[in-house]
Amino acid sequence: MFGFLKKKDGTAPAAAEANKPSWSERLKAGLARTRNALGGGLGGLFGGAKIDAELLDELETTLLMADCGVEATQWLLGELKARVKRERMESPAQLRAALIEVLQELLTPLEQPLDVANHSPFIVMIAGVNGAGKTTSIGKLAKHFQSQGHKVLLAAGDTFRAAAREQLVEWGRRNDVTVIAQEGGDPAAVVFDAISAAKARGIDVVLADTAGRLPTQLNLMEEIAKVRRVIQKAEPSGPHEVILVLDANIGQNAIQQVKAFDKAIGVSGLVLTKLDGTAKGGVLAAIARQCPKPVRFIGVGEGIDDLQPFRVEEFVAALFDDATA
Amino acid sequence: MLDNLTQRLTKVVKTLRGQARLTEDNIGEMLREVRMALLEADVALPVVKDFIARVKERAVGQEVLDSLTPGQALVGVVHRELTELMGGQSAGLNLATQPPAVILMSGLQGAGKTTTTAKLGKWLKERQKKKVLAVSCDVYRPAAIEQLKAVSQQAGIDFFPSSGDQDPAEIAAAALDYAKKHYYDVLFVDTAGRLAIDAAMMAEIKALHAQLQPIECLFVVDAMLGQDAVNTAKAFNDALPLTGVILTKLDGDSRGGAALSVRHVTGKPLKFAGVGEKLTGLEEFHPERMASRILGMGDILGLVEEAQRNVDQDKAKDFMQKMKSGKGFDLNDFKDQIAQMRNMGGISSLLDKLPAQFGAMAQQAGGAVEEKSIRRIEGIINSMTPLERSKPELIKASRKRRIATGAGVQVQEVNRLLNQFEQTQKVMKQFSKGGMAKMMRGMKGMLPGMR
Repeated sequence: MFGFLKKKDGTAPAAAEANKPSWSERLKAGLARTRNALGGGLGGLFGGAKIDAELLDELETTLLMADCGVEATQWLLGELKARVKRERMESPAQLRAALIEVLQELLTPLEQPLDVANHSPFIVMIAGVNGAGKTTSIGKLAKHFQSQGHKVLLAAGDTFRAAAREQLVEWGRRNDVTVIAQEGGDPAAVVFDAISAAKARGIDVVLADTAGRLPTQLNLMEEIAKVRRVIQKAEPSGPHEVILVLDANIGQNAIQQVKAFDKAIGVSGLVLTKLDGTAKGGVLAAIARQCPKPVRFIGVGEGIDDLQPFRVEEFVAALFDDATA
Repeated sequence: MLDNLTQRLTKVVKTLRGQARLTEDNIGEMLREVRMALLEADVALPVVKDFIARVKERAVGQEVLDSLTPGQALVGVVHRELTELMGGQSAGLNLATQPPAVILMSGLQGAGKTTTTAKLGKWLKERQKKKVLAVSCDVYRPAAIEQLKAVSQQAGIDFFPSSGDQDPAEIAAAALDYAKKHYYDVLFVDTAGRLAIDAAMMAEIKALHAQLQPIECLFVVDAMLGQDAVNTAKAFNDALPLTGVILTKLDGDSRGGAALSVRHVTGKPLKFAGVGEKLTGLEEFHPERMASRILGMGDILGLVEEAQRNVDQDKAKDFMQKMKSGKGFDLNDFKDQIAQMRNMGGISSLLDKLPAQFGAMAQQAGGAVEEKSIRRIEGIINSMTPLERSKPELIKASRKRRIATGAGVQVQEVNRLLNQFEQTQKVMKQFSKGGMAKMMRGMKGMLPGMR
């Protein structure tokens, strides 16, 4: 669980060193299904003798099945074909290497880890559609920042859904983190209180939950925009990060979600959850093409440690790992 | 994003105009577009492939009617096939058993099981006068039980308390026992969200199913689901003898291709659709509308229904009376009309429901601007005295100045409103004199395509 620590400052304690393999194992395990669908399918593909139309067709199918979307798939294929021509590739193994390369190039701009050290309190606002996993992600994020040595405070801004507050309070109890909550009331008011409390108590990171909403609910989108404005009022430099939580199971609507939330509250980072299912997370490719936003974390399991910083190389490698085996 | 299938097909078939039949040759390219449209709507690829093959079979040899382009004809076929695929068996819940009828809810995390449980409970209680009990077997997610308790209360159904340190099987047994002893008609068993690949959790729900022998085992699925919907649905269908599917979050702007995928894989009827967070947001599933939505053709029927729901019937009747009597259409009525329009969610929400090409056109014509000017009109009317509202002819220069200051607009704006009102009044008078027929004749010149 100290894997990220180690990556960050390179002064990992011995315990973290021992934990490291378990970290990448966990990532691999979490993405195993993704790999089986994408890489596994590709492994068989690349076993053939030469690059032909059939292979490219199959490749298209696999990418589409991974939720890459029509546009991104066609772009990836176009890019691949151009490379095949330019570099006179002949063996499928070369094509595989090229695909890894293209995917990495496409996704690399999305890899921007979140640095919470430059403001105090660092205010993170979390938004998303209903059931994307916002509250659960906040619980995991709290743990993550805590283990980095930050003091964390949670704001229960979801005043609408039944028992959302209790859910966050429970996460707070598990992590031993203060939760600012109000009986009913206005989400913006809760968040305002939380920021004042954070300043008074010398808190490093404030995580503000919001109620889930679909982008088509215009008045609810307006409400969330208000939360953002109130944060700005409470702390003129904030919010320092606006995270949109996306469910990896969601299809092409994810793009609409990113665009709509970006318009309303200016999204500055994404968290992709539920990657441990059979979903492929290929929608990241579509996002990278159509509305690139940094991916801060990915959720690969239900455990409290299963939220990991997004690293392209590992993500792509995990997809293709042992695909040729 | 808004370009719809018909439009795209039209592009493809420009060259085909005038062909009388759909043939293997001329639909190849079009089917490719259909395929792309379906994929963009998140219909899973294997399902798309099957579907395209089916459409091809049906479409080849079809006559193209005079008024249609080959593209339109093909869309017709696609739409029909989609509707047929998703429809078929009738919806509704089967409760024909010795009470209590047990209903087991299953699905992924965040699909909306708990909310749907409450919605269904409310529906059964109010429409079918059932005595409903709900119990949560979600001992994993923090506060899941509290959530069901709270929504049950809102829905007005009874809740059987459980706690996080109990075993799901134990809870289910206790709840069933309680339901039997207290003569409940229906028992809802809400379960924890689970991934289909989580063997331990799937075993748990299987055991629950064996223990409860539910008459309905519902699969709750998020309409926004992507390609993976096939795998998920298949896994759940293999593990549990599902009896139906409920589609949630249909009020979002996803195209809902998952509906088709799930239906195709499980073969189980789509019974209900969840729209909105309110507990009344549950609709019976309409295959036809879903087909239109997947194809991006807008939801005209939904629009009509919404209009019916939101327009105040009494007020409408009053209004008709007034129109018939031919007098007394005053600024108050004018304002009411505007208010009713706003009740329906304003112009922009209406635009959303229109088919893509109309929507885009209307947007260009300045949908957002329109919204603003309507608010302004309301403001101006609100600045008038009740007397002025009922007798607009009183309004002369000095009153106009006062109204303009009150509403914070220029006098010209007030003039424009009064002109507009006068015109409407004229139309109303005409209407009351000659009825619809005369008015239609009057409009003949104004609208293209009306005879």
